[in-house]
Amino acid sequence: MLLEELNALAEKEKAGRKQICVRCCMSAGCVSSQAVEIKKALEKAVVDKQLTDKVEIRRVGCMGYCGQGPMVSIESEGLLYEHVTPENAPSIVEALAGGKTDVEKGDPNMPFFARQMLVVRAHGGRIDPERIEDYIEVGGYTALHRVVHDQTPAQVVEAMTKSGLRGRGGAGFPSGLKWATVAKSKGDRKYVICNGDEGDPGAFMDRSVLESDPHTVIEGMAIAGYAVGASQGYIYVRAEYPLAISRLQIAIRQAKQNGLLGEGLFESTFNFNVEIRIGAGAFVCGEETALMASIEGRRGQPRPRPPFPAESGLWGYPTLINNVETFANVVPIIQKGPEWYATLGTEKSKGTKVFALTGKVRNNGLIEVPMGITIRQIVEELGGGAPEGATIKAVQTGGPSGGCIPAELFDTPVDYDSLMKVGSIMGSGGMVVMDNSTNMVDVARFYMQFCMEESCGKCIPCRAGTVQMYNLLNKILSKQGTIKDLEALEELCDMVKNTSLCGLGQTAPNPVISTLRYFRNEYLALLQPEPPGEKAKTNGHLAGSTH
Amino acid sequence: MAVKTFTIDGQAVTAEETDTILQAATDAGIKIPTLCHLDGLGDVGACRLCITEVSGTNKLLPACVTKVSEGMEIKTNSERIQKYRRMILELLFAERNHVCSVCVANRHCELQTLAEEHGMMSVRFPYQYPNTTVDASHDWFILDHNRCVLCTRCVRVCDEVEGAHVWDVMGRGTNSRVITDLNQPWGDSETCTSCSKCVQVCPTGALSSKGKSVAEMVKKRDFLPYLMATREEKI
Repeated sequence: MLLEELNALAEKEKAGRKQICVRCCMSAGCVSSQAVEIKKALEKAVVDKQLTDKVEIRRVGCMGYCGQGPMVSIESEGLLYEHVTPENAPSIVEALAGGKTDVEKGDPNMPFFARQMLVVRAHGGRIDPERIEDYIEVGGYTALHRVVHDQTPAQVVEAMTKSGLRGRGGAGFPSGLKWATVAKSKGDRKYVICNGDEGDPGAFMDRSVLESDPHTVIEGMAIAGYAVGASQGYIYVRAEYPLAISRLQIAIRQAKQNGLLGEGLFESTFNFNVEIRIGAGAFVCGEETALMASIEGRRGQPRPRPPFPAESGLWGYPTLINNVETFANVVPIIQKGPEWYATLGTEKSKGTKVFALTGKVRNNGLIEVPMGITIRQIVEELGGGAPEGATIKAVQTGGPSGGCIPAELFDTPVDYDSLMKVGSIMGSGGMVVMDNSTNMVDVARFYMQFCMEESCGKCIPCRAGTVQMYNLLNKILSKQGTIKDLEALEELCDMVKNTSLCGLGQTAPNPVISTLRYFRNEYLALLQPEPPGEKAKTNGHLAGSTH
Repeated sequence: MAVKTFTIDGQAVTAEETDTILQAATDAGIKIPTLCHLDGLGDVGACRLCITEVSGTNKLLPACVTKVSEGMEIKTNSERIQKYRRMILELLFAERNHVCSVCVANRHCELQTLAEEHGMMSVRFPYQYPNTTVDASHDWFILDHNRCVLCTRCVRVCDEVEGAHVWDVMGRGTNSRVITDLNQPWGDSETCTSCSKCVQVCPTGALSSKGKSVAEMVKKRDFLPYLMATREEKI
């Protein structure tokens, strides 16, 4: 494809647009609540009311306000319908022709939307994720064209470095540095991997991006491939995301048909292909070395690093592995420039971050906010505060690797370093709000159970340590524990954190450590007083005893 | 080949840059405890017993897979590391049903020796008493899951040295088990060559020869370095 053809496609698409566009959210959440039927009913109603030359019904990705879905938005009329059912369709269409409707209306200008800053999700809820034309209409694949024709790979890496983007998978490693390392590594071939094995409980940012705007991830990967010298990319998606997988398959096929993936892109010498690899349900496969083992067809278990994937990754070749959201940031950085990107966010954490805001807040859903916003602003302004009668107690970020931040620290800015300082992590973007009805020991146990069940079993501290920690938490929760058990728990936390092989084990104690830090009283309140004079019990077995 | 100079426990040591901390320490006569490591097999860094403290990083680095570098200050036996090692051993003893007194490998068991060396007089963690099985379907050998520490030496020796890849691991976390073929009884395995390499490298009594009574299973590990040496000379 040539740039002229790309632009012509975009123009043709624009010219074909109708006066009013009714957007139906067709992301997994809304689809599970009849969004498909709603769209059909709306289409039928438009035909019935003879409005076909004026009104179009468009399938779009996630609008973000998931708690109120299924959503239908009519931007030109400033309308946002919530909790829509197929039966509502005729009255929604009638309202467009001057009639009235009693369907629940939301406010598209409420803080939940107004306080967001859309970079990654700019097209989410706006374009049809299953039509490449929709993506091209909003400027899709022009960034790839620009990079391939006007920039050297080194300039692209330089742009990533300048932007200050850090890995969105959770650890926050500077992306530019990672790209530069892979670009410099020597190898007969190189690979680009997109990590879409999002597994934290309560997190669905990557799913939403893949379901709403798959092409931006593919384009970001192609740009990365050009920058580091790779011609093959893999997207690793968990099998639990069938809609994301199907939309990616469609997107890859369409990109290939249009010559936007494959050999000699934009009539250059640059080749890039993308294949999907589907995870089989193991959380640990989100860890990069386990993920690569899984792609290679081996058991998904982490291996010690170094060597890092940038040096020796997939099949031993230099490999760039980034998270879905990281790749989704690439196109905006190229389009609007790294200087623009570097103005967003804080000094050390640039850009925006997508969070899955769930739990005890009025507004549940996906939000994209600039780095540096405080937790209080997220919870109270975007989230709308606690529901009637509840008092918010803490926010959990970072899933099973993260921690709980108590309400008194809600003025903490959301950036990699500040969250680390208060004992949690940015993580991939899960944000669970908890109120006074939540017992923090129970929260710790929930995450410990998760880690115990998801431990791959390779290294002993994680495999056996999580079991013992889980049992101790159970013991404390059933009011059988003593101060000795609490001490043993803390000792195990320290040991598992420091001796485990991979990130899963190293961070598994975090939910316990952070709840102990801020909510120690809740643990102490559950403890049994220790009977005076009793010695710590042991199993009494002597190792090596031959008697 | 570049030579690196560094210290291990205060002792000045030199080693080739491709050497691991473990190799360098062994050459210098400094003992670092290991369990999953075995000379002649690829390292996986799984047991975490060989962790060391290295200047310049807060992380504890496993000696078996960490390459030496210039100026490193390595501590192999600090109080903190000793404590962690003891805990790791206790976790292992609590995980399965390790009853030394009735074990074929009693007094010839690496796990037992490690526990003694680390002064592990008791296990503070509750025993898990898992309901594990014994596979005695093979004509000559027995697999006793009760005594398995999941070091994967059997998996590696069968894959890397024998080339049969009979063994692998299935399941997750504490439910992981070594299996033969696609989790068929060992005796039904169509890939097993009955070479006994797995039995000889197994550090505990998990793999043993049939007909051995308590404390009678003495493993012959010498074959592996010998075999590897002859193979390397051929190349």
